[in-house]
Amino acid sequence: MEIEAAKQIGAGIAAIALGGAGVGIGTIFGNYLAGALRNPSAAAGQFTNLLIGFALTEFTGLLGFVVAMIILFG
Amino acid sequence: MTMLATDPMHQFVVQPVLELPTLFGIDLTITNAALFMIATTVITSFGLILLTGRGAMVPTRSQSIAELLYGFVADMVRSIMGEEGRKFFPYIFTLFTFILVANLIGMFPGTYTITSQLVVTFALALISFTLVLITGFAKNGFGFLKLFAPAGLPPLMYILIIPIEVISFLSRPFSLAIRLFANMMAGHTLLKLFGGFVLSLSSLGAVGIAAAVLPLAVATAVTALELMIAFLQAYVFAVLTCIYLNDALHPTH
Repeated sequence: MEIEAAKQIGAGIAAIALGGAGVGIGTIFGNYLAGALRNPSAAAGQFTNLLIGFALTEFTGLLGFVVAMIILFG
Repeated sequence: MTMLATDPMHQFVVQPVLELPTLFGIDLTITNAALFMIATTVITSFGLILLTGRGAMVPTRSQSIAELLYGFVADMVRSIMGEEGRKFFPYIFTLFTFILVANLIGMFPGTYTITSQLVVTFALALISFTLVLITGFAKNGFGFLKLFAPAGLPPLMYILIIPIEVISFLSRPFSLAIRLFANMMAGHTLLKLFGGFVLSLSSLGAVGIAAAVLPLAVATAVTALELMIAFLQAYVFAVLTCIYLNDALHPTH
């Protein structure tokens, strides 16, 4: 196989990481909303934790992006 | 090179703006990255000096903007590290405003986003990491190493836990740096990509121009998202630094 074609396919495969990040971010915000509706008074105190969880989850998706960039341009 | 105008990666190229001689083996040339780093520092410093200017007891409109920013970071530091964290407030505040202003400057068309460079974000992350190490060892001595061995586990588990904890501790600066860098780079690539779609579609004639409304709308929405990300990433960087510093202050938790 041409090395150039293999690179393009590899970068495409690396983008699958976004699927996992999407599921994770959906879970975090969905569960936060479910918890916040059950106990609205405690919701504000957990906002920092929500953002930290979001950042950690998003990071896994961004690693996929970095891998794709390394494959394409590295 | 007609590709150059629409190439989404071209915006990240570091170019010299002002050629300066090499002194003592250090190249003093001002690049666009260095220029915008200086601009960020100048805007942040003078902006805050101008906003807080007279320091009135009853804050004016401009002064309350600065106080809002101060109060926001102070609340964050206090809620995570408690009163002990007060001495780290200047560092956290500097870090937060620098990243926030750098991200926001990057949102203006034609500017250079310095936080999209791994060198810049990794330098910031290394400063945080070094501060955590110094604080941890200065306050707890070798007790800081208890961070890697949580109490109350069966002895056999420590063979497994200690390497995991050490690796997770050492990967902190990398995750801090890559998160900020990849977020900014991905966002700005996306913006440029949709901008490129608008250009290439509208060159197809009347039908193309009508279809170009779609990517233009997406680009506008992404711009709004990017403004939120710009703030969120500065916040996350500062919060995680606070949490790591709190680990250094209380390694046994």
